[in-house]
Amino acid sequence: MKPILIRGGRVIDPSRGTDGVADVYLDGGKVAAVGRDIGSPDGALVLNASGKIVTPGLIDLHVHLREPGQEELETVATGAMAAAAGGFTAVCAMPNTDPVTDNQAAIGFIVSQAQRAGKARVYPIGAISLGQKGQQLAEFGELVGAGAVAVSDDGKPVVSSHLMRTALEYARTFGIPVADHCEDPTLAAGGAMHEGIVSTRLGLKGIPSAAEEIMVARNILLAELTGGHVHLCHMSTRGSTELIRRGKEKGVRVTAEACPHHFTLTHERCEGYDTSAKMNPPLREPEDREAIRQAIRDGTIDAICTDHAPHHYDAKEREFDNAPNGIIGLETALGLAISELVESGLLTLPELVSRMSTMPARIFNLPGGTLAAGAPADVLIADPKASWVVNPAEFFSKSRNTPFTGRRLTGRAEVTIVRGQVVFQRAG
Amino acid sequence: MTHNTAPLGKDLVGLEPLSAEQILLILDTAEPFKEVSERAIKKVPALRGKTIVNLFFESSTRTRISFEFAEKRLSADTVNVAAAGSSVSKGETLVDTARNLEAMRIDMVVIRHGSSGAAQFLGQRIRSNVINAGDGKHEHPTQGLLDMLTLRDRFKRIKGLKVAICGDILHSRVARSNIWGLTKLGAEVGVCGPASLLPRNVQELGVTILPRIEDAIQWADALNVLRLQLERMEGGFLPSLREYNRVFGVTSERLARAPKDLIILHPGPMNRGVEIDSDVADGPHSVILPQVTNGVAVRMAVLYLLAGGSPDWAQGGDESLPRAERGDR
Repeated sequence: MKPILIRGGRVIDPSRGTDGVADVYLDGGKVAAVGRDIGSPDGALVLNASGKIVTPGLIDLHVHLREPGQEELETVATGAMAAAAGGFTAVCAMPNTDPVTDNQAAIGFIVSQAQRAGKARVYPIGAISLGQKGQQLAEFGELVGAGAVAVSDDGKPVVSSHLMRTALEYARTFGIPVADHCEDPTLAAGGAMHEGIVSTRLGLKGIPSAAEEIMVARNILLAELTGGHVHLCHMSTRGSTELIRRGKEKGVRVTAEACPHHFTLTHERCEGYDTSAKMNPPLREPEDREAIRQAIRDGTIDAICTDHAPHHYDAKEREFDNAPNGIIGLETALGLAISELVESGLLTLPELVSRMSTMPARIFNLPGGTLAAGAPADVLIADPKASWVVNPAEFFSKSRNTPFTGRRLTGRAEVTIVRGQVVFQRAG
Repeated sequence: MTHNTAPLGKDLVGLEPLSAEQILLILDTAEPFKEVSERAIKKVPALRGKTIVNLFFESSTRTRISFEFAEKRLSADTVNVAAAGSSVSKGETLVDTARNLEAMRIDMVVIRHGSSGAAQFLGQRIRSNVINAGDGKHEHPTQGLLDMLTLRDRFKRIKGLKVAICGDILHSRVARSNIWGLTKLGAEVGVCGPASLLPRNVQELGVTILPRIEDAIQWADALNVLRLQLERMEGGFLPSLREYNRVFGVTSERLARAPKDLIILHPGPMNRGVEIDSDVADGPHSVILPQVTNGVAVRMAVLYLLAGGSPDWAQGGDESLPRAERGDR
């Protein structure tokens, strides 16, 4: 493996609180040195990063890679490539595959598929309950032993408060977080979008914000009761941010993530029954979008994730009620985050890197998220000023379902390095 | 027939996208068509040679038959497709069904579907004109139009009328079409029903919330009483039909206390003794059967206008038009 010298970029490493022009030298799959005027060692691949930012690779805590079971939508390999093209050096794959990754063999399969692909790292998330049925706990010990970094029944909320309690307690043994898709299924049943004036006009069944907030409140109470670490997936409402803020003030071990679509779009995007805007949790109201932005700014929401959810185009070519939830996000997340959060002055670039790399690594206790000497050589070189237009036909993901087609964004990955090897380099 | 630039656009998916002028145009166009149905030979050649498919994914008696009469009285060729027994029951998607129909070179599709937005979805994907005959909880525009035509027959105006829509507003496409149509024409609209059956933020549509049926009766010039779907009890929205009738039923005792001479509309089918008592439905305030008669005329008007029929009656001389349109010159 050739050493790599990244020369002259603006090196942003929130883990060490550094931000300035420097060279980064990678050797043996590790960060060897960061400093000024590192000479070019013999045989090193030299990448000129002047005018670019150099950061620890982005880490996505929440993706759906569809393998095993729906390989026509995405595979571990195509998802890991899409991740690399989006600047992610690691993604965490949710267990709602077919079969569900609720056992060590299934976890091992994801790990081996990720190794074979050799692009972004893929960390499997194990199921909380067998078959995600919400009844019997999965074998967390074996899941972790095979490579799982967290547990979640994502896609399905953990309905039973008792099961959530025992999951939080039992997960403490292994030091992993329990990630929950917060949704009261009795309030959300049959809902196709956010409950509000737009759902009233369109005649679609709405999902009230309270459906999320009830479970957020419950999960925080159970984390307080058990001392376990609860991680709240894809937060979408103002009320959720208030509950998390209160929980953190009390010292509860609660962390949270939010997605670019929830800090960018609102329920009005569903006008015209546009199924590319159908997702769960749904796009909410302008006040919710603003609350999510503020919560990302003040750290109430720790991490930005994508909830990358590939679907075939004709599954979305349906009546709104019958179309599946979700959008892909790996290849638009960085551009949306820079365009919506940094260009608006809400976050500095170092704060953004913290939310997309340092904090995700810390929350799930993953390698990476830092350029400290000896850390894995997982590095992103991005052009924070690049202006480009979203064209799904150019995506590496197998799927095309995005509401951002045609949108002009600022900022994108130029080179993505994983384990000291270039896994993505933008052509031209 | 000269093919004018379509006064309503390609499709009729709802009353929300229409202007007040377009709604009035439909109502005015319906007036001469009323007379066609009163003739011994109930037929004009306006849509001769046009092919229309009535695509009903939900069961319907009144609306389907009303559309079919409207089509036949305009001399169109019609085919009825019901979801049961068609390729839909074999799992074919809506868009595939429509594209296959269109491949047989049809001119119009009248669609009734259980999903909100289905008519718009179809209209965006096929070249034929699409008429919404009820999509989920969204709109039922021809019902809204026939309700307005009936109100205008009685009051000679829509502007300034107070119309209370009573019952299950949450799940009602009839309510939404009435709200849009009436407010655009300058009527005041109230909605009355248990709060568990009112949609979120409904007042933002420009309506007044009337909490009790007594309030509606005191306030309104007309009540449009919606059918209470019997499955709402299972959904946990209501305790019982009996209690609904006791609290929200339109009864002659309650109507007796009305300050004005109210009229009562109902889109049907009625649950007698639930949302409306029989003596009210059959009584002097009821315009329920005139609504049904007007339904055919309104649908003839919509079909005629979407097919490119000229609203400019004064040009006259076209044998395909009913007499009243040509003017007796």
